[in-house]
This record gives sequence, C-alpha cells and structure tokens, in this order.
Amino acid sequence: MAHTDQQQEESAHVHHVIPIRIYLLVFAGLMILLVLTVAATFADFGGFDRVITLAIAAAKAALIMAYFMHLRYSQPLSIVFAGVGIIWLLILLLITLSDYLARGGVVPAS
Amino acid sequence: MAHHDSVLAPYFSNIEQQREVNNLGMWIFLITEVMLFGGIFLAYSVYLYSYPEAFGAASRELNLYLSTANTFILLCSSLTMALAVHAAQTDKQRALVLFLVLTIVLGTIFLGIKAAEYYEEFQHNLIPGPLFQFEEAYLLQAQLFFSLYFAATGLHGVHMIIGGAILIYLTLKAWRGHYSSLNYDAIENIGLYWHFVDIAWVFIFPLFYLMERT
Repeated sequence: MAHTDQQQEESAHVHHVIPIRIYLLVFAGLMILLVLTVAATFADFGGFDRVITLAIAAAKAALIMAYFMHLRYSQPLSIVFAGVGIIWLLILLLITLSDYLARGGVVPAS
Repeated sequence: MAHHDSVLAPYFSNIEQQREVNNLGMWIFLITEVMLFGGIFLAYSVYLYSYPEAFGAASRELNLYLSTANTFILLCSSLTMALAVHAAQTDKQRALVLFLVLTIVLGTIFLGIKAAEYYEEFQHNLIPGPLFQFEEAYLLQAQLFFSLYFAATGLHGVHMIIGGAILIYLTLKAWRGHYSSLNYDAIENIGLYWHFVDIAWVFIFPLFYLMERT
C-alpha cells in the first residue's frame, strides 16, 4: 500500500505535543506533593493518617499518568485500559482486605 | 521536510493508527505490571494491618533521608524522560539525546543510593535470614516487614536496571539520528515504562518508609 509523503506528514502531525510549560507545572506539583507527603508523616490526622498518605501518593500518580504519560491526550482506548488496570488492582486490594478486616487481621503465630 | 525513518508498517493504514496501536500495546503490558507490584502491595497491606506496631518499629529502621532523596531524583528523571519525548516529537535530536542521557544518569544515581541503603541495612543486621537481629517482641514480624521491603524494592530495582539498559540502547540509536517527529514510538513507550516504574516507587516510598513511622 503506497502512501504519499503528504499523507504521512498530515497524519503524523495529528499527535498532540504537550508544551514544556505544562511539564514544568506538573513537576512543581509533584515536588509540592513530595514535601506534603513527608510533612504529613509527622502530623497527626487522627484515624486518617494512612488515608491521607495514600491520597497524596494517588495524586502524584494521577499527575504522572495524565501528563507525563499523556493519558489526558491519548486515544480513549488507552485511557480505558489504564483505568481497567487500576480497577483490577482495587478489586484485588479491597476484596482481600475486606476479608481480613472483617476477621481482625492475620491469625497470629502461636 | 526531511524524512528520517518514516517506518509505517504495511498492515497499518496510516502512521497515526500505528502510533495508537503501539501506545495501546504498551499500556496492556503496564497493567500486567500493575498487578505484579499489586501482589506485593496486597501482602504488605494485610500484614501492615495485622502488625502495626511491629511494622512501625521496623519502618523506623529505614533511612528516611536517602529514600526521600531517591524519590526526588526519580521524579526529576520522569521530567527529563517527558522532555526527551517532547524533543523527539519536535525533531530536536540533540535535546533528545541530552534528556535521555540525563534520565539514565538520574536512574543510576537512584540505584547507587539504593545500594548504599541496602549496605546500611546489611550492616544493621536487617536482612532476613540467620543474621537478622531485632527486638525480641517484634522479631518475626520485623523479618516479615523486611522480606516484603526487599521484595518490593528489589523488584523495583530490577525494573530500573532493565529500563536503564533499554534507555542506553535507545540513546545510541537517537545519537545516530534514528528518531524524528515521524518515528518516535519507541521513545514514547520507554517513557511510559519509566513513568510506571516511577509510580511504583511513589507508592513504595510512603507504604514502607512513612506509613507507620510515627
């Protein structure tokens, strides 16, 4: 199948180039979250300590996925697959943990 | 406009379709990696819930300064990786090579600091096995913590080494002018891999070093 140079050039420039400014902003956001993560370790949020720590980590992951990994500008199918991966992981974690949490954890070794 | 290697495979109708398929293929691989690390995170979560005091005591033995530095270094390497992809997309070959090299350098520094951490843990008798030492009340649970710690960080380190090796190979090809705005899928895909390994560390760091520390 022959392609004219013109056709190849036109379809090649359909891809989205994220401006460097956005990358730098995302990096700044990641740095702020890093500082927050370490600072939050030494603060006391009552029962929410672990939730806050994980939420900050999830925020970092979301930034990296959306902008560094270009998910925000990707074809919908890639976004679906990425989302499916996260959902599988959540199913693994939540269902297994709900079992253990209902029993008070692992049976201690005697 | 000069065409470097416009490698459109004959079974794709246009280069955009080829790029989308390459992108999807990489994401499919990455979600299998999510489940791979997810298994270790699951085991850690169950035992963290069951033995919070023991895991807290064990966590406090880890080096917070080195690991925070490593987190910073890895986030920087993700930035240089994203900038490398940007350079490839905009036909800036020298910038592409520069950012690939910077990413490799930062990744190597990360591994060096990790090795220093491991050595410190070895010196403190924190490697599970016959030489393991910990306060009596938490001996078994602390060994469990460190088994999971070395499994998670070891698996992560192996991923870094493989990523670094592929990056070196791609840097050599980029140096020879192999990539352009018409042909940069390989750079984009190693970028996706590298960002995934960064995300894995973004979760390893708080889970092992920060969760029960205080």
